[in-house]
Amino acid sequence: MILIAEQLLNGLQYGVMLFLLAAGLTLIFGIMGVINLAHGALYMVGAYAGTWVALQTGSFWAGLPAALIAAAVTGFVIETLVIRRLYARDHLDQVLATFALILIFNELITIGFGRQPVFTSLPAAFSGSVELLPGLPYPTYRLLIIATGLAVAGGLYILINRTRIGMLVRAGATNREMVRALGVDIRLLYTIVFGLGALLAGLAGYMAGPISAVQVGMGEQILLATFVVVVVGGVGSIKGAFVAGIALGVADTMLRAFLPGMLRQVMNASEADALGIGIASMGIYFLMALVLLVRPRGLFAAGG
Amino acid sequence: MRPLVATLVTAALLFLFFVPMLTDLVGRPSLLALACRILIYAMAAASLNFVLGYGGMISFGHAAFFGVGAYTVGILYAHFASGELLFGFIPGSNQMLITLPAAVLVSGVFAAAIGALSLRTGGVQFIMITLAFAQMLFFFFVALKAYGGEDGIIIRRTNELAGLNMRDRVTLYYVILGFAVLFFLGLWRMVNSSFGAVLRGIQQNERRMAALGFAPYRYKLYAFILSGMGAGFAGALMANFLRYASPDMMHWTKSGELMIMVILGGVGSFFGPIFGAAAFMILETFLAGWTEHWQLLLGAVLLVIVLATKGGINGLLARIFRRGA
Repeated sequence: MILIAEQLLNGLQYGVMLFLLAAGLTLIFGIMGVINLAHGALYMVGAYAGTWVALQTGSFWAGLPAALIAAAVTGFVIETLVIRRLYARDHLDQVLATFALILIFNELITIGFGRQPVFTSLPAAFSGSVELLPGLPYPTYRLLIIATGLAVAGGLYILINRTRIGMLVRAGATNREMVRALGVDIRLLYTIVFGLGALLAGLAGYMAGPISAVQVGMGEQILLATFVVVVVGGVGSIKGAFVAGIALGVADTMLRAFLPGMLRQVMNASEADALGIGIASMGIYFLMALVLLVRPRGLFAAGG
Repeated sequence: MRPLVATLVTAALLFLFFVPMLTDLVGRPSLLALACRILIYAMAAASLNFVLGYGGMISFGHAAFFGVGAYTVGILYAHFASGELLFGFIPGSNQMLITLPAAVLVSGVFAAAIGALSLRTGGVQFIMITLAFAQMLFFFFVALKAYGGEDGIIIRRTNELAGLNMRDRVTLYYVILGFAVLFFLGLWRMVNSSFGAVLRGIQQNERRMAALGFAPYRYKLYAFILSGMGAGFAGALMANFLRYASPDMMHWTKSGELMIMVILGGVGSFFGPIFGAAAFMILETFLAGWTEHWQLLLGAVLLVIVLATKGGINGLLARIFRRGA
C-alpha cells in the first residue's frame, strides 16, 4: 500500500514533467501547425544552462533564471531562423528540419560540455524528505516538482481562459486562418507561443536535472513520451496535455514499478525483468494507439 | 522511359557492375561495403517513398518493417543452427530463397496489421501512430531475451544462395546488386501501373478519387503493405550483409534516417530514394571519417537542403538537365 502510494507520487511527478513539455508542444502544434522535434533540445538547453550556472555559483536558485532565459532565447532564435520558414511547409519538411536541429544541438552541447553526464545536487532547502503518511517518507524535491507543475497548470489555465492573449491562442488553435483574417498579428502570437513553450521546456529540463542525469540525448528520451501525451490529449489542447500527461505518467511509472514483480511469479527473475520492462516501455505507445483508434483526434482536440 | 533517362540508367548499371573493380583499383575495399549498404538502404528508402511520396502517407515507423525483415532472417538462422522448431512446427533455414520470401511475408503481415489500424487516422496522428507501433516493436525485440534482447541476434554465416560463396565480399555485392535491380524493376512496374496511378490520385485529391469509385482506404492499405514488404526485403538483405539483426535497426532514429534519404533524394520521384540513400551514406561516412562532430555538419547540411531546395537531389538534377536540353 505504502509502495503503491509512493509510486503514484512518482508517477504524478513524471506526469507533471510531461505536462510542462507537452503544454508548449501542443500549442506549437495546434496553433502554428508545426511538428517540432527540437522541443527536446530546448529541454536539454535549459538543463545544461541552468546546471552550469548552478555549479558556477553554487546556488540552485541562481540556475533557475539562467535555464529559463537560455531556453527562451534559444527558442526565439530557432523560431526566427528556422521554424518561421516552416509554417507553410508540409509536415515532412518540418520533421526533417527539426530532426536536423536535434543533431545540431546535441553536437553543440557535446562540444561545449563533453559527453559525460553532469550531476547536480539538490537545493539545500529541498534535500530532505517529509513523512506524508505514517511510514511514507517522500523526497521534498519531488514534491516541489509536483507543486511547480500544478502551479504552472493553474497559471496556464488562467492565461488561456482569462486573458486576451489566451483568447487569441484558443482562437488560433481552433481556426488559424480566421484569426489571421481578423487582422491579428499572427507572427507576434507565434513568437509568443513558441517562446512560452521554450520557457516551459527549459523549466522542465532544469527541474529534472537533479533527479536524472543531465546528458546529451536527454531531450529525445522524453520527447517521444511528450509527443504521445500531445497526441493522446488532442493537438492544441492544454487541458488534454494535462490530463494525458498525468495519466500516462502514472501509467508508465506503475507499469515499470510493478510489472516485473508480477511477472516474476510466473517465470524466472531475469526473463521477467526483461519482459516486464519491455512491456512497460510499450505501455504508453499501446495506450496512444488505443486512444487514436477510438478517438482519432485525441481526447480533447481543439477545433472542428 | 525517355531516352535520356534510359541512357543514364544504363550508364549507372554499368558503373554499379564495375564498382568492385573500381574499389580495388583505388585500393579502398571498404568502399565496397559502403556500396552494399547504399543499395540496401536505397531499397528501404524507395519502399518508404512508395507510401510517402506516391501515397502521401507520412510513416514515421518504417524502420520497424526493416527490422522485422532482418529478425526473420536472424530467427530462422538461429533455429537452423540449433535444430529446434520455431513455434514447434516451423523449421529454421539458411537458404536465401526461403528466408527472403519469409521476411517479405512476415513484414507484410505486420504492415497489414499496423496499416489497417493506422490508416483510420490521418495527418499528424498518422505520423505518431506509425511511430507508436514501431516503438512497440522496438521494445518488444529489446525484451525478447530468447533472441538476444538488446544485443540482437548474430547470424554466423550469410544465408546460402545457389551454391555461391557468400563469404566472398564481391559475390555478396553482386547478389545484393542483382536483388536491387529486380526490386527496382518491380517497383517501376508498380509505380507505372494503374494501381500506382490510383495511389497518386489519392495523394492529390482523396475525395475526388472516392467520388470516382476508388475506395481510398483499401488502396492506401495495399500500398502500405507493399511498402512494408519492400522494407522487410531490404532488412532481410541487411541482416545477411551485416550477419546480425538488432533492435537498433528499428529505432525511431532509423525511421528518421529513411525519411531523410527520401526527402534528400526527392519525395515522390522514382530515382530520388537511390540518390538520397547514396548521398546520406556517403555524407555520413566521409563526415564521420573527417571529424568526431560530424552530426553537427550533417544537421547543418540537412537544414540547408530542407530550407533552400525543392524536390531534393532529383529535383536539382531534373532542373539541370532541363536547362541543358
